[in-house]
Amino acid sequence: MADLSAAKKTPLYDLHVELGGTLVDFAGYALPVRYPAGIMTEHLHCREQASLFDVSHMGQALLIGPDHETTARALEALTPSAFTKLGLGRMRYSVLLNEDGGIIDDFIVTRPEDPALDGTLMLVVNGACKEGDYAHLEAKLPQDVTLTPLPNKALIAIQGPKAVDALARHSTKADALTFMSHTTDVIDGIEVVISRCGYTGEDGFELSCDEADAERLARLLLNEPEVEVAGLGARDSLRLESGLCLYGHDLDTNTDPAEADLSWAIQKRRREEGGFPGEARILKGLSEGPSRIRVGLSILGKAPAREGAEILDMDGNAIGVVTSGGFAPSLQQPIAMGYVTPAFAQAGCKVQLQVRKRLLEAEVAAMPFVPQRYVRKP
Amino acid sequence: MSTYYSEDHEWISVEGDIATIGITDYAQSQLGDVVFVELPEVGASMSQGDEAAVVESVKAASEVYAPIDGEVTEVNEGLEEDPSKVNSDAEGDAWFLKMKVGDAGQLEGLMDADAYKAFVAEQE
Repeated sequence: MADLSAAKKTPLYDLHVELGGTLVDFAGYALPVRYPAGIMTEHLHCREQASLFDVSHMGQALLIGPDHETTARALEALTPSAFTKLGLGRMRYSVLLNEDGGIIDDFIVTRPEDPALDGTLMLVVNGACKEGDYAHLEAKLPQDVTLTPLPNKALIAIQGPKAVDALARHSTKADALTFMSHTTDVIDGIEVVISRCGYTGEDGFELSCDEADAERLARLLLNEPEVEVAGLGARDSLRLESGLCLYGHDLDTNTDPAEADLSWAIQKRRREEGGFPGEARILKGLSEGPSRIRVGLSILGKAPAREGAEILDMDGNAIGVVTSGGFAPSLQQPIAMGYVTPAFAQAGCKVQLQVRKRLLEAEVAAMPFVPQRYVRKP
Repeated sequence: MSTYYSEDHEWISVEGDIATIGITDYAQSQLGDVVFVELPEVGASMSQGDEAAVVESVKAASEVYAPIDGEVTEVNEGLEEDPSKVNSDAEGDAWFLKMKVGDAGQLEGLMDADAYKAFVAEQE
């Protein structure tokens, strides 16, 4: 058993133990990598029904300024995304950039639905990065915009095609939300911020509430017939199948958003106006193509390639490296993602992966590997 | 036939001068769903502690070490077809390899079933 004496506990720690979770230290928290059902079963259940994940290790914080324009502009100075026109109750994926345009973290920015909260943006950042993110923001924000971390909030994700059915029995507002929008509601007396988002490629929700209420909220959802508990292992294989980046693996401070194939997070106005850290490098990457780019890899055969495996061309020359790799339960084959030189970035391009002493045959693949099923209503 | 266990969670069952080697039920329960097993070449000779095979679960790759010196005489090709056998029958059908025992004296340094049970209890 891993030594978890130094790890922090999330508000759902006792529940994880009760449900037989195999706990590991993840981002400094004792979190379940899997439950007795196993990663394969948990993964497939999420794709078919609905799964509940504890993501309370992630950092939740508020940016508060005098008005939306001021707060949005302050954040735009640190990221390549556009926030000034973000609608009430809408959310956006973005990245926090260092001076070289490298990615400090990827995160979700939400503009509250309540007009009374004008000037506030809600942030959800990676657990392992939160302290660094907060220090960076505090150092860079103008004086009239302040950062307020919310360390006493829990975050529960419920993901999968039936997540909406399960949640709709507790919140009449859930079904009306579209992908990347949020609302607030009271569920069994618990105040909950409900966001229709997630990181599995499935439809689903993330629910933020006070830590004292988290276990009760989780149990309410787990009592729904569609919902089973799932761990970080399934979350990782789900996001990999969905072609989504994992910070610290597919993204780091040396990687810019053009290389990471996250150019969709850089809205048109920002490309035209610039004004973000590392602008020269990123805009050059967008117009001329970056010197390396993130691709999907579909592996022929059954042996998986893991992070760090070298990517070779068919003549054996090194062309890149795998940043995430594993077995895809939905596809019953190994998949990976990694960075290659642009000449090898087209789908269908044949490559080899060096795994231990063997060379595995692989092919550059379009991502997502499994179609995303977000709910985008007109 | 005698069965021995290593601290790396391999079992080794010896009959005459042939040893059958696999991973323990405890080891498979720690690994989770096994999706691939990489086996050595027949004829390979190994020393105690050498990497003999690799087990890949959904999440990670784990090495299997040779518990004693020997030469590989047979590998379990059935595991290539159905690696999940490692989860369902780790100490039976899902053996990994057989080897000709190189140094029977090394078996004395391994654990018997009771000692291994106590060793696992300590790990919990």
